Amino acid sequence: MSTSPGTDHDTARHALLTMWTIRRFEEAVDDLFARGLMHGTMHLSIGQEASATGACLALRTDDAITSTHRGHGHCIAKGADLTRMMAELLAKETGYCRGRGGSMHIADTATGNLGANGIVAGGIPIAAGAALAYQMRGEDRVVACFFGDGAANEGAFHEAVNLAAIWKLPVVFICENNKYGMSFSTEKSMAIENISERAAGYGIPGVTVDGNDLDAVYDAVSTAVARARAGDGPTLVENLTYRWKGHSKSDKNLYRTKEEIADWRSRDPILRFEAQIKEAGVLTDEEVQAVRTQAMEQMRDAVRQANAAPDADPSDLLDAVFARA
Amino acid sequence: MTTAGTDRVITYSEAVREAIGQAMEADDRVFMLGEDIGVYGGAFGVSGDLYHRFGGDRIRDTPISELGIVGAAVGAALAGMRPIVEIQFSDFTNQAMDQIVNQAAKIHYMLGGAMSVPMVLRAPLGSGTGAAAQHSQSLEAWFAHVPGLKVVMPATAADAKGLLLSAIDDPNPVIVLEHKLLYRTSGPVPEEAVRVPLGKSAIRRRGEHLTVVATGVMVSRSLEAAEILAQDGIDISVIDPRTLTPLDDAPIHEDVSRTGRALLVQEAPGHVGFTAELSARIAESPTIYRLLAPVRRLSGLDAPIPYAPQLERASVPQVEDIVEAATKLMKES
Repeated sequence: MSTSPGTDHDTARHALLTMWTIRRFEEAVDDLFARGLMHGTMHLSIGQEASATGACLALRTDDAITSTHRGHGHCIAKGADLTRMMAELLAKETGYCRGRGGSMHIADTATGNLGANGIVAGGIPIAAGAALAYQMRGEDRVVACFFGDGAANEGAFHEAVNLAAIWKLPVVFICENNKYGMSFSTEKSMAIENISERAAGYGIPGVTVDGNDLDAVYDAVSTAVARARAGDGPTLVENLTYRWKGHSKSDKNLYRTKEEIADWRSRDPILRFEAQIKEAGVLTDEEVQAVRTQAMEQMRDAVRQANAAPDADPSDLLDAVFARA
Repeated sequence: MTTAGTDRVITYSEAVREAIGQAMEADDRVFMLGEDIGVYGGAFGVSGDLYHRFGGDRIRDTPISELGIVGAAVGAALAGMRPIVEIQFSDFTNQAMDQIVNQAAKIHYMLGGAMSVPMVLRAPLGSGTGAAAQHSQSLEAWFAHVPGLKVVMPATAADAKGLLLSAIDDPNPVIVLEHKLLYRTSGPVPEEAVRVPLGKSAIRRRGEHLTVVATGVMVSRSLEAAEILAQDGIDISVIDPRTLTPLDDAPIHEDVSRTGRALLVQEAPGHVGFTAELSARIAESPTIYRLLAPVRRLSGLDAPIPYAPQLERASVPQVEDIVEAATKLMKES
């Protein structure tokens, strides 16, 4: 395992830039939606950036991920093109899915992103299957499977984790526990303290970490990735975190208090990482400011370029229903 | 290359196994996963000795986890493999519907064509074994209603092999529904890996008076009925669409236009079934002007499949029902 991102200049800069890029991208999406310039719905991961970023830092480019409805962060952290993402959300022909998928279905073959998923837990068995393919071909690639606390109560979670365990598949199950499945809290939805306790039921390691601590996420996922790559099978990593925004656009936050939200906002994973690396002398204040500026400019460029792209074209809607041989 | 007319005769079940074995020999990406397909040889004996030939890595026994199995196949397909899933009874696809309908069927389209899911899901369907309501359904119309799935119903041993080989080649998710009463039936099957294309109806018999369109086990029942009807001077065509999606309806239009009578036979319940689609296609086309009598559908009852043999038999079309329906249709016109 390499050193923690927070102690290495280039890695820390990259991690910080990734987190700010996710934050700015999602703020832009939120703003465009509020102004009626974006349609549909989306699920924002603002507040959870350290989880996606720390986990993806522990992966190689040829490793794969499966993502969720709250997947912009995973997508960006795995290296997706911001303009193509924004174009997809803005219903453009140049979007990742040519406007057929939208926010919940972005995938990127080039960076090993096997796809976000609109079905809670839908990606978990798929992650196991991709890992099975790598294992059968003798490749040392790993799949990182992101899902939320809500997905841990789906049958798909149970079936897929069990398959991965009995076959020792090279997959890391990363549960982003943001405390709520839409409005239903984990206190109400499960009778255990930590979701990682469920790992014992499958005979695999389980670990719970502070999901707003980038280094902690990176360390836990790195350990799990090394184990998976070595052929020792899956690990369940639980990242405790929080989404600042509602579940989706219809959420009026009736199920949680302003105090709770404020408390978690004060535990901003990005500001925390900034303070940590500045204090450790890994990045200077100027460098941190430069990263912030760069993230903002990247996002503005993406919006500008995406807006200029042609709208998704309905003339060939039947073309991609089936793949051609 | 030998032709179907001159080949050795093997069972439908052996034909399926031969297709899988030949596909696996030809392509390392092809593997099979499902419940009890290894040493056990499959609940219906279809995988047989494949485990001993290819080993447990590629003839992969799974826990009883239909959703997990199909999801693993979707993931493996996305990652470049060519999985063949066996679901022990097609009824159990209900346990896996998210992965079939929301994932496999939609991924290629939803991602704007960026990825595809080349997988095959095989499952036995149909009644006639005394297994009652949860092991006897014919759900083909459900799958055919989902854009992105190809749906295949082989009715002969040769098609069981040839259509499965095409399904394995196909870059899309293909649902292959094998009627469990057909597994022990036999027919001539080419020894070579001869593909039968998806989307090409078979004209099983050509007659003058009436066109029967039938799927699955109803194909052989219709052919049997044809012999009985011939004794009464009623000469019928029997068309087997073979694949519900893609559907090759041109031969159906052509034949119905010639005979002027259409009898559409399926084992599944009639309400909103596959033959309703066929009926609509006739009604929406100039074929309707050539009809001498209204289109007639003969289907399973709109009820679950019951246990008792006499009740089960009475729930789905039998040879005598086809004879009776055809005879009535002739009298109406």
